[in-house]
Amino acid sequence: MAHPLEKYLRAGKLPHIWCAGCGHGIVTQAILRAVDELQLDTEKTVVVSGIGCSSRAPGYLHFDTLHTTHGRAIPFATGIKMANPELRVIVVTGDGDAAAIGGNHLIHAARRNIDLTVICFNNTIYGMTSGQYSPVTPGGSFASTAPYGMVEPSFDLCTLVAGAGGTFVARGTTYHARPLTNIIKEAIKHEGFSFVEALSQCPTYYGRRNKLRAPLDMLYWYRDHAVGVSQWEKLTDDEKAGKFPIGVLKKVEHAPEFSRVYSELIARARERSEA
Amino acid sequence: MNETGPRLLQGNEACVEGALAAGLRFFAGYPITPSTEIAEICSLRLPQVGGTFLQMEDEIASMAAVCGASLAGAKAMTATSGPGFSLKQENLGFAAQAEIPCVVVDVQRVGPSTGMPTSPAQGDVMQARWGTHGDHEIVVLSPSSVMEAYTLTITAFNIAEELRTPVVLLMDEIVGHLREKVTLDAAGKLPVVDRDKPSCPKELYKPYGPGQGRLTDVPPLAAFGEGYRFHVTGLTHGEDGSPTNNPKVGERQILRIVQKIASRRDELARFEEISMEDAEVVVVAYGGTARSAKKAVRDARAEGIKAGLLRVITLWPFPETRVAKLREMGLKAVIVPEMNMGQYVLPVKRVIGDACPVIPLNKVAGQFIEPKDILEAIKGAM
Repeated sequence: MAHPLEKYLRAGKLPHIWCAGCGHGIVTQAILRAVDELQLDTEKTVVVSGIGCSSRAPGYLHFDTLHTTHGRAIPFATGIKMANPELRVIVVTGDGDAAAIGGNHLIHAARRNIDLTVICFNNTIYGMTSGQYSPVTPGGSFASTAPYGMVEPSFDLCTLVAGAGGTFVARGTTYHARPLTNIIKEAIKHEGFSFVEALSQCPTYYGRRNKLRAPLDMLYWYRDHAVGVSQWEKLTDDEKAGKFPIGVLKKVEHAPEFSRVYSELIARARERSEA
Repeated sequence: MNETGPRLLQGNEACVEGALAAGLRFFAGYPITPSTEIAEICSLRLPQVGGTFLQMEDEIASMAAVCGASLAGAKAMTATSGPGFSLKQENLGFAAQAEIPCVVVDVQRVGPSTGMPTSPAQGDVMQARWGTHGDHEIVVLSPSSVMEAYTLTITAFNIAEELRTPVVLLMDEIVGHLREKVTLDAAGKLPVVDRDKPSCPKELYKPYGPGQGRLTDVPPLAAFGEGYRFHVTGLTHGEDGSPTNNPKVGERQILRIVQKIASRRDELARFEEISMEDAEVVVVAYGGTARSAKKAVRDARAEGIKAGLLRVITLWPFPETRVAKLREMGLKAVIVPEMNMGQYVLPVKRVIGDACPVIPLNKVAGQFIEPKDILEAIKGAM
């Protein structure tokens, strides 16, 4: 019996390149479940990615898919959406791709409130190049380019995107796979810029160096440190220390969406030029 | 809009007119002198025809958005100058590798780095050819008048669509900011080419399938959203667009993106010839510098000196066949004036070999090469 999500896969392109124990398959499955539950039109859905482990996902997905250059998935996606606003555009990216080399594009897409759904597979490390630190690698943890421990402060990606004007911001983890599906569903349905930070374990290049060698260790770490957002709001600052909220962190309904705003601009320009 | 009759137009304005005539529907750019007028005019004109203008957060994003828009089916363009052209190179390579039709305008100014932003130069000739990494071919066209900025922009789109490739329109500050009286209608109704669309059943579509199996073939390109559900990547890929590590498949892909252009070198070659029949000295020039060269050749003829001009319009692929014919003319010299330290003179020298001296004439001070400079060089060669 075929897997219920197989119709969304380019089965011939499997097996995927991800390491045993990697969380990216769980996030990819959450995306496909969301697509399936929403019954998205697969012919009108485009999946765009940058460079890195997570950015390989689109190659396995049976939609129009675009695997771009490092950090640039969002501007490629912006061109697609603006050239054909009927298309639903999902961006798959990683923490290095979205927050380091592509950080500028991330904040500007959020500012425009363009209707893209950006799903950032955050494994807090550059996996593809075997474990260098990223802008979200936790302070003190080890990476191949942080042999003495990470000394740079981290971005909080959700706060960053919310501050830049993103109208839907949420966080999930691979331990909370079903809630992650629901978050992604809500993000896709949201008209405007939606951002989902999906924490995803990298046992090979992060865990191995940071005493979280087994994939399960990292999943349990997510279980023990993530707090649902409604509960999070009730915690004192002391109780929040070392923990992080998951769920929908920001949602602004009915904010003007960029491709729609631009369509109205076109209508005005046409009216004026004909007058 | 759609004005008829004579108009006083700037080269940058004429470029936008040409792009619109060719069917431009998407422009993404970033402000940079001396190309900014192109973005400004696009911001005004594109929405009037239902198109989209985006001022992106940087040059890199502009080139990325152009690639995305083209894959979604729109004829797309960006415009920039030296520093921005450098920033666009990675995604320009992506367009070459993934075979995405688009037009990149570079209005050259003095470099390196910030250089002289408002002064003319032709220092990007080699960057246009080799600026992105890896083996590839690219088509580079260089206009030398306002009218030609119009016609050649249409040509650039046509070549991009026909060959599924980025085309660089290499202008310079002289042509970009030059104002001339032009009658665009005088060009007649120029043909407009649209990319081939697939006609096969959707599930059989191969976005990089070489048609008849020849390396020179250009596969049809579906647009995202048309139901073909295909993959595009900057990784070396097979016919279905998926990445490959198979050396044979990879080599074939690279050979094809090179061969589809290289094999058409002669049909892509465009040039203008003045007084070439009996010339004893030939000036090989392009872009804004060719204007001075034209005057110099005319002045030389007035003095009884048999000078000729070969104005190269298609800079790349290098018009090997035409330039090689100069070898047979028994010339006293070939002069190559350029507003750089000598870039295009290199392939000219390679092809002329020892048939006659090839003399570079260079200026990098942000000033154009004057006719008298070239006339002097002609006389010196006689």
